[in-house]
Amino acid sequence: MYQYDQYDQAMVDARVAEFRDQVNRRLAGEMTEDQFKPLRLKNGLYLQLHAYMLRVAIPYGTLNSAQMRMLGDIADKYDRGYGHFTTRQNIQYNWIKLEDAGDILADLASVEMHAIQTSGNCIRNTTADQFAGAAADELEDPRPYAELLRQWSTFHPEFDYLPRKFKVAIIGSDTDRAAMKLHDIGIQIVKNAAGEIGCRFYVGGGMGRTPMIAPVIGDFVPPLQMISYLEACLRVYNRYGRRDNKYKARIKILVHEIGADEYRRQVEEEFAHILTLGLEPPPAELERIKGYFADPGFETGLSGDIDRSDPDFALWLDQNVHAHKQPGYAIVTISLKPTGGIPGDASADQIRLMADLAKAHSFDELRVTHAQNIVLPHVKKADLYALWQKLDAAGLASANLDLISDIIACPGLDYCSLANARSIPVAQKISERFADLGRQRELGELKLKISGCINACGHHHAGHIGILGVDRKGVENYQLLLGGSEGADTSLGTITGPGFNEDGIVDAVEKATDVYLAQRTDGERFLDTYRRIGMAPFKEAIYG
Amino acid sequence: MVENALRYRDDEPVADPAVTVDAFAEQTNASAVRIEPGDDARILLPHLGRLSLVEVNFPAYTDGRGYSAARILREHGYDGELRAVGDVLLDQLSHMRRCGFDSFAPNQAIDRAAADKALATWPEVYQKTVDGRAAIWAKRHGLA
Ligand code: HEM
Ligand code: SF4
Repeated sequence: MYQYDQYDQAMVDARVAEFRDQVNRRLAGEMTEDQFKPLRLKNGLYLQLHAYMLRVAIPYGTLNSAQMRMLGDIADKYDRGYGHFTTRQNIQYNWIKLEDAGDILADLASVEMHAIQTSGNCIRNTTADQFAGAAADELEDPRPYAELLRQWSTFHPEFDYLPRKFKVAIIGSDTDRAAMKLHDIGIQIVKNAAGEIGCRFYVGGGMGRTPMIAPVIGDFVPPLQMISYLEACLRVYNRYGRRDNKYKARIKILVHEIGADEYRRQVEEEFAHILTLGLEPPPAELERIKGYFADPGFETGLSGDIDRSDPDFALWLDQNVHAHKQPGYAIVTISLKPTGGIPGDASADQIRLMADLAKAHSFDELRVTHAQNIVLPHVKKADLYALWQKLDAAGLASANLDLISDIIACPGLDYCSLANARSIPVAQKISERFADLGRQRELGELKLKISGCINACGHHHAGHIGILGVDRKGVENYQLLLGGSEGADTSLGTITGPGFNEDGIVDAVEKATDVYLAQRTDGERFLDTYRRIGMAPFKEAIYG
Repeated sequence: MVENALRYRDDEPVADPAVTVDAFAEQTNASAVRIEPGDDARILLPHLGRLSLVEVNFPAYTDGRGYSAARILREHGYDGELRAVGDVLLDQLSHMRRCGFDSFAPNQAIDRAAADKALATWPEVYQKTVDGRAAIWAKRHGLA
């Protein structure tokens, strides 16, 4: 894992001092809330329905056990004993007091963490494949590139007042586990015919009220020009992105309105100029960073055998454990989606336990996934059973990864001031309706995603089944979408028809799954069946 | 006399009134121009030699186009006064300096001491821009 040197530490320390000063000026009444707002937003501090919410950055979703432990301690000390892992691989605390904000940032800085650029119209925290450095199907580890990107984007002076927020995701496998094409910029590390590594730039994707899948803008950018290409992409956007209407201000609208070809032409022109300026960190810097992401000391010659005699363990093994590139090891995903729970929530004790388990069993490393779960990336197969027992005892062994109850849900009306409807209770009801794990497994891979309003923080456009909360004459109402996906086969869901109330939407989801069970052919997932038979049979069952 | 002026240059302030980009194209003797957010700074590039003042207007601090305009001018060698005017606030000064501004005329006066403190916020910088500061990567690898 990356470790700060004196420069990185000096930057976060300076930020803590600056923000402390700003908070003090606000508390002393030297600043109005209006003046303070843009400053606190630069530090991830939102004023929500009931309290301040603090969003802490987890760069590319990677953290060590000391950092994870600190996240648990912060939940205890400054919140109500919970943290909420988000779809952007960050963590949020929902009950923060302004007076504590400076101390929290100082605690974070003591473990090389911060809340820099977790909100505002700037380049947000970069996300990445949660299996980076561990996946059996990986071409190149995206984390060094993500770290290079983190440093470049931190306090970038030209791009702090963009037309709108800017989100970047980066992956190094063909399997897309990061919804890469639904970001302002998605970078996939690829190999060309000559066997060289390069960055493929997808620009102009996004969700929100106008969902779009990003087109390829830069087919093959040499890794040592990645920063220059980013500068070019961002500069064109900063200059020409729309600022007259905040709903049309994301880069996806610019790319859509002028067209991918014209946007590419402008970027290429800017890129040619930027290459003359020497803005790119030297090759030695990428090498330096790569050094931190070298494989941990894997043992060799380990047995791949696992004792499956405990049936509950076997279920978890089949569902939540993935192939590792190193023989004898496996990737474990800890589901934060227990039946009836709040998706992505973990208690302080659970967070600390996961930290301990990472230290004992995963070379001190954890990852946060965009589906709001936690990954232990490097677990010895021989340790899996003992690990599972400890997770089970802490209520962390739900064997439901990628099943219908592994729901992504935004905070919704329980916390969010922009919400039209509650998301969390709907997620809870669906997970209760499908509580039987056998039934869930029968349904197979089924990604269900819920947003409490059109802003789409819960990725509803990209759910095999999506749910969107709307306001219908002052009453909470839910629309159903089918056919979205955010993997390598990214697609956007289609609304089935009129919306439902809270119980009605749960029934509608169930009816959709019944159609699938009746119509599927061998090996088809829900999404495949939908794609083959289309909307009509589902509509008929749901509204007929 | 410019109101609320904060300057980080040693030369004498330019007295000429800044003209609009459109007017500049017609007045071949104008030496001061004012860029609005929607103007393309690149139009000025063939004329940098005769310019001694470029004002970049920020009608609202949230409109960041002027940062790109400033940087583009400096990247092409402009070394006259580059003045940010309008809704220019204390907490934006350091980024503006990094993009090449060396003079400020904010709507609301900023105290010089407070400005100097704000400009000293970042002990280091991660990016190479046009302000001559060595990026952290350059220091790490002995390039600075
Ligand atoms: C609770 C307070 C929140 C507020 C007020 C809020 C606000 C918004 C708004 C206004 C948008 C639409 C932006 C646009 O389309 O230009 C948006 C999109 C989004 N937000 Fe949030 N959000 C909140 C929480 C979250 C959480 C908890 C997450 C997870 C980290 C999140 C992740 C996202 C994502 C992934 C998008 C879609 C990005 C896209 O449009 O490409 N938000 N949010
Ligand atoms: S989707 Fe809407 S309701 Fe949900 S968190 Fe985002 S802004 Fe709030």
